This record gives sequence, structure tokens and C-alpha cells, in this order.
Amino acid sequence: MAMLAQDMTAPATPGDRSGRAQALSAVLLGLLGFATVLSLAVGASGASLWDAMLGLLSGSEISARDRIVLVDIRLPRTVMGILVGAALAVSGAVMQGLFRNPLADPALVGVSAGAGFGAIVAIVLGGLLPVSVAATLGAYLVPVAAFVGAWAAMLVLYGISTRRGRTSIATMLLAGIALAALMGAAQGVLIYVADDAQLRTLTFWGMGSVAGATWGKVLAAAPFIAVSLAAAPFLARGLNGLALGEAAAAHIGIPVQRLKNASVLMVAGAVGAAVAVSGGIGFVGIVVPHLLRLLAGPDHRFLLVNSALLGAALLLCADVISRVVIAPAELPIGIVTATLGGPFFLWILLRQRGILEM
Amino acid sequence: MLDAQDITVRYGRRPILHGVDFRARAGAVTAIVGPNGSGKSTLLKAITGEIDYQGFVALNGRDIAHAKVWELAAIRAVLPQATPLAFPFTVAEVVRLGLSRGIQAGQSDLIGQALARVGLSGYEARFYQELSGGEQQRVQLARVIAQVWSPVEDGSPRWLFLDEPVSALDIGHQLEVMQLARDYADAGGGVVAVMHDLNLTAMFADVVALIAEGRIIGCGAPGDVLQNDLLRTAYRCDVRVNTAPANGTFILPHAARMAAE
Ligand SMILES: Nc1ncnc2c1ncn2[C@@H]1O[C@H](COP(=O)(O)OP(=O)(O)OP(=O)(O)O)[C@@H](O)[C@H]1O
Ligand SMILES: [Mg+2]
Repeated sequence: MAMLAQDMTAPATPGDRSGRAQALSAVLLGLLGFATVLSLAVGASGASLWDAMLGLLSGSEISARDRIVLVDIRLPRTVMGILVGAALAVSGAVMQGLFRNPLADPALVGVSAGAGFGAIVAIVLGGLLPVSVAATLGAYLVPVAAFVGAWAAMLVLYGISTRRGRTSIATMLLAGIALAALMGAAQGVLIYVADDAQLRTLTFWGMGSVAGATWGKVLAAAPFIAVSLAAAPFLARGLNGLALGEAAAAHIGIPVQRLKNASVLMVAGAVGAAVAVSGGIGFVGIVVPHLLRLLAGPDHRFLLVNSALLGAALLLCADVISRVVIAPAELPIGIVTATLGGPFFLWILLRQRGILEM
Repeated sequence: MLDAQDITVRYGRRPILHGVDFRARAGAVTAIVGPNGSGKSTLLKAITGEIDYQGFVALNGRDIAHAKVWELAAIRAVLPQATPLAFPFTVAEVVRLGLSRGIQAGQSDLIGQALARVGLSGYEARFYQELSGGEQQRVQLARVIAQVWSPVEDGSPRWLFLDEPVSALDIGHQLEVMQLARDYADAGGGVVAVMHDLNLTAMFADVVALIAEGRIIGCGAPGDVLQNDLLRTAYRCDVRVNTAPANGTFILPHAARMAAE
């Protein structure tokens, strides 16, 4: 009884981390704001852009060159970084909830490879499409193809690794490796038949980068990512329940099959679009949700939002690093995220060795 | 009222339940007993809609095959035999999973009350994955009772379906949890529990269904079903049913030898 009385006077229920998660959202929002400014200000063309940015914001005149750098190069690149970072991180969090394990990541288990395959098919063989179809899809051809590729990869992966409502982590990782290898081989064949111009596109694209961002690319990817991110919060309660297993989730009133279909489509849309415009950027989807779970718990109602914020901020920071490390040249951002994310992934494995025996 | 008629379940081509009829009424504790592999969990999964079955199941007069999962979740909660958890949730967060958004979200103290009911006050901030097996099972039970906290809602009974709620528990907590089930039924709710402990069953159940090899071979008051002959047929071992002067039935193994085939 004394216990009960105490509970009622306490400000928050013990063991309830939602307050902490919301405070974290505020911090992450600040971090994202900072990263956005950094991304707009830092680059090959020098520090005068700070002034240019302030000038632009206060409405005074800036030079034409500064305007071009800012509005046509850095701004689309920054928006792209935000979209891609949020898309990859939220996709990682949703996949982990769906597969009920913290090692699922779009790049690690072949979903990005599926998207990449779709994108390459579109780049290399897009010319074979009837003109009417190609004209209708226009700039959306590559994202749509990547979406279809990611979706197919998700379906195959889920079908193979989940039996009777339980997901085997080992099977999922191995299936992902096989899937990625298969997609890689198919990509190889397509690269073989590609012409020189296509080849240049492919090489640049395959390394993973937001450097080539244009407003056209941003507009092609944005609808897919926006719809996927907008759908994510509706999956949160279901993914929480799914942590109990599929049967128990249904018993607490979650329409499990619908949840799974929606999650697969959400991930395919976000990963497909992200890969279509930026190639393969790994580890964002695994590092971000994992850090956030450590900080504020696994409740998806907060995890998904916070993943979007931290994913976007992290990708912008990685992009800034990729611009300054070997300036004036640039490192592909995929190399930066792999350098940071690889050791982190190994650290997760070492902390939770037992996880593979599940 | 739970009414299950002619339930047949197959895994692959192997029949596990052979046309079972099973009824349970609100206001009573109905126990399902029988040996390992006899089909107790399978029956529970069929009547909670977790697996496909042939036959007909109605809960509160509603065919469950045509009810939405969230409609069922509003009138009955299910405790599985074991519940692994994917992520490091705290105890309070696990119990909250049972609370549906609309109906009970306002009752913020429900988590504390449900935990108190299973003897886990003060465990709110502990990590579920770091609890003992018996403690985890009681956290899950707290989640389940939080889901259908009031035994009667809008004049119709709500239900607890429990698969071996006390198997992992010590004797003190076994009694605590069985009393919880008893109180739920006395307040007008329905309880269907798969049990292994025949003595606890005799103490707390109003109706016992005895399953052997996928068929119900006895159903009725504990005194009628928990009989030497029936138990020997079901469990293939010799037990002796005794009656204590005041407390009713208790059951002991008769000797350490197995009954002849
Ligand atoms: N998923 C499954 N696939 C195939 N066979 C199964 C499956 N689940 C259960 N069975 C079989 O169905 C039979 C009944 O299983 P069930 O789980 O209902 O037994 P039980 O009476 O609950 O036993 P216990 O007391 O051990 O919990 C067993 O022979 C079991 O091997
Ligand atoms: Mg069982």
C-alpha cells in the first residue's frame, strides 16, 4: 500500500521512458538544425558562404556565384542528405521491429542490393521501354524500379527467414548475404552490357554519394520517402506488440498481416528511393536505432521519430566529413559511413554474442 | 459463454485434435488438463483463433472466425506458454503493451495495479530480459490482466485464456496467481486455464476437461473427472485420489511404477 501511494505522487511511472525519449527528440532536432547549417556552410568553395547564407536569410544581395553554390548545389545536397538519412535510419528501425532483431539493416541483408539492382536495370535497360511508358515515368523511372527491387528483396527475405511467426536471425543474415551476392552478379551482367555513358553513371552511383544531388533528383525521391516516413508512425504500436511475437501481437489486437505488409512496403519505398538517388550507403540503418534504443528504450512510438532525426543529422555530418577529409577532392559518403559504422557493428556483435544463437 | 464445437486441428496431415467439443461459462474457472503432447495448448490456440481449425468457436455468442483481432482483444486476453521478447523493454513497458489505446489508456495507474496483483510491485523499472523465468511469466500475466482489467464490460463478460500460468512459479506465487484467476471468475469474468498441477486444479477449478491424445475423455466438476481410472487412462501411471476432511480432493502418485499398458 505504501508502494502504491508512492507511485501516485511520483511524477512519472517508474520504468516509463517516454519522457526521456521526448526530451531526446528535442536534442536531436537541435542537432539536425546544427548539421543542416554545417552542411550548407562547409565545402570546396570556401568560408565566404557563411556570409552568403546570412545574406540570403536577411534578404540582402549576394553574388551570383554564391547564390548558385548555395541554392543549386549545397541546398539540394543538404535536402537529399536529410531525406536519405531519415529514410535509411527509419527503414532500419522498422526492419528490426519487423524481424524482431537488432541486426536487420537494409544494406546488410540485401534490401539495398535489391533496390540497386532495380535501379541499374532501369538505367541500363530503360531505353528499351516503349517511349510512352518511359515518358510517363520520366524522372521517376529509376526510383520506381528501385522500389520494386527493394520490395521483392524484402518479400524473399521475410519468406525465407520467418517460419510460423518466428524469425531466425542466422537465417536472415545468411539469406541477406545470398541475396546481395545474387544481386551483385546480376548487376555485373548488366554493367557488362552497359555503354560508356551508362557505365560512368553506374560507377559514380554505386559508391554511395549525395554529391550529385540536383533538385531533379530530390524531387524524384522525395514523394516516396515522404510517404514512407509519414506512414511510419502508424506502424509504431504494432511493431511494439510484435516484439512479443506474432501470436501474442494478434492477441493484443494488432492486425499482424496488415502490419507486415505495410512495413514491407514502407521499407521498400524508403530504401528504394534512397538507393536510387544515392547508391548504397550502409550502416546508418543499424547504428542509429541501436544508439537510440540504448539511450531511451525500444518503444517504437519514439524510436521511429528519433531515428529520422538522428539519421538525417548523422548523414549530413558524414557528408560534411566526406567533403573536408581530402579536400578539395571528395570521399564517397558510403566510405565514411562504412568506416564509422563497421567498427560500431562489430561492437554490437561483441556486446551481444548470444544474439546469433537465437 | 465460450462454445467450441467439433474442433479438429491438423499439423501437416497429422490430426492433433479429433472433433473436440468444449464449453466454458463466465463466472467459472475451467481447467484443461492432460499429459504432455495431448493437445492442451493446441485446443487453447484454436479457441483463441491463433491457429486454423475445422469446426466452430463462439465467444460471447460471436463466431471468432469472423471477428476482427482488435474486437477479440477487447474481450479476451491470452497468456502463451512462453513469451520471448525481442528488445530490452522495461517491465512497465511490457505491461503497457497490453493496454489498448482507447479504452484504458487513461488509467495510468493500471500498470502498477496489475503488477501488484502478481506480486511484482516495485519491478516497473527492471529490464524484462534480466528477470528470472517465473518473474517473466508473472510480468506477462500482468500484461494479460491489464488488457481485460474489468471482468465485466458493458454487461458482457471478459475472458482470460492462460496456458500453464503457474508451471514456472513457486508454491506461494502459484496460490497467488490461482487466487487471481478465482477472483476474476467470481467477479463475473471467464477463465480458461491449461494446468499440470492436479491438486491446484482440484482446489481452484469449477470445471475440469481432461484431454488425452487429442480427445476430451472427461469433463465436469473436479470431483467427477479427477478419478483414479480416468487419470490412469490419461496419464498412464497410477495415482491415488484422496479426500481430505475439509479441503476436498488431493492427488498423489500411488507408487513409483508405471501402469501396465
Ligand atoms: N507447430 C507444430 N507443428 C507440428 N506439430 C505440433 C506443433 N505444435 C504442436 N504439435 C504437436 O501437437 C501435439 C499437441 O501439442 P500441444 O502443444 O497441444 O501439447 P500440450 O498438451 O500443450 O503439451 P504440454 O503439456 O507439453 O504443453 C504434440 O504431439 C506436438 O508435437
Ligand atoms: Mg502446452
